Amino acid sequence: MSRIELRVNGRNVEVEADGRTLLTHALRDHLRLTGTHIGCDTSQCGSCTVHVDGKAVKSCTILAVQAAGCDILTIEGLASGRELHPMQAAFNDFHGLQCGFCTPGMIMMAIDIVNRHGRPDEATVRAELEGNLCRCTGYHNIIKAVCAGAERMGEMA
Amino acid sequence: MYDLGYSRPATLAKALELLQQDDLAQLVSGGQTLMPVLRARLAAPSQLVDIARLDDLRQICTIGAGIEIGAGMTHAEVAASPVVRAHLPALAALAGGIGDAQIRHRGTIGGSIANNDPAACYPSAVLALGARVQTNLRMLDAEAFFAGMFATALEPGEIVTAVHFPACAVACYLKFRNPASRFALVGVFAARLASDEHRIAIIGGGNGVFRWHEAERHLDRGAGVDGLDTVPLDLANFTGDIHGSADYRRHVAKVITRRALTQMA
Repeated sequence: MSRIELRVNGRNVEVEADGRTLLTHALRDHLRLTGTHIGCDTSQCGSCTVHVDGKAVKSCTILAVQAAGCDILTIEGLASGRELHPMQAAFNDFHGLQCGFCTPGMIMMAIDIVNRHGRPDEATVRAELEGNLCRCTGYHNIIKAVCAGAERMGEMA
Repeated sequence: MYDLGYSRPATLAKALELLQQDDLAQLVSGGQTLMPVLRARLAAPSQLVDIARLDDLRQICTIGAGIEIGAGMTHAEVAASPVVRAHLPALAALAGGIGDAQIRHRGTIGGSIANNDPAACYPSAVLALGARVQTNLRMLDAEAFFAGMFATALEPGEIVTAVHFPACAVACYLKFRNPASRFALVGVFAARLASDEHRIAIIGGGNGVFRWHEAERHLDRGAGVDGLDTVPLDLANFTGDIHGSADYRRHVAKVITRRALTQMA
């Protein structure tokens, strides 16, 4: 067991965990931040997407120790109090989910897309969401939500 | 995953020392291949030596007419690099098409070529462009570096530190993605070098990256893309699996080569 220092959603935290502990398990099991989901365990589905130093990564494909000293942002870190992040609000307004399992990863990826592309067109959103699987929606409303969320984030900036 | 130790040495020298002391230690950089392998318990290293943040491996610069890319540069960084986009736009495009956006934020060029997955994209560019691989010990030509599926000339305790790409006239990388996994079923890096010679390097065949010499000679003679259909491509370079037979892969390789050359023209 080792003591791993992480900075999660702006807070410095310590977890006591094996070296092999994946970031996603440190978040979910040690810090009880269960908004980050595990959908596949094969690095394909993107449900576990979080930001590490401002970049979207799959938290099932990085050890917690590898992220030590980095700034980690999870779905729980987006809203301010009861006010949703504009991308969360857009997913709500545009019905960008059905079962909701993939949604935390979709939203974290969507924000990463906006951070890099500003207001992306539909083709860019579709290409950039390659690493996030949704088995319910058929993606149409997710794409609409990401485009609308991008616009709202732009207005706020 | 089996339990393992972890260290993040501050220097390359310290990383080498750790590797020398422990035969079962494993380097990790982005870990986008290694983590799935470890999770599936297909490997059991005693410890991971993390070199992802070493400054020595994290630069992109021009060297003469060519460019040098540090082994620790991520696919996203290579794809977005103004230097790569200006000098080797086909390489930037290749990097921008590896895996998905999350993978590209972690995976590195050094890790990709050291692993030499037969379906990985980077080895095709390294081989086609006649790049040279810099390690802590020596400089290796691409031809000498790749040694078949998952095999390279790297010795135990040897670390890829950078890849040197010479300038080329024009190039294009295309891949045919497996519709489910999105991995390259076949990928082709076509290039006309600064010397005007043509190079065709193919990945996805199953036995590791290789050059299609017959096609290169065909093009060097000034013959056209259409004539490629009749140029022999050895079936021994291809293996079959549930995703496609060897014959099918060879057919796709010919089609993709033609498309890449057409886009290049």
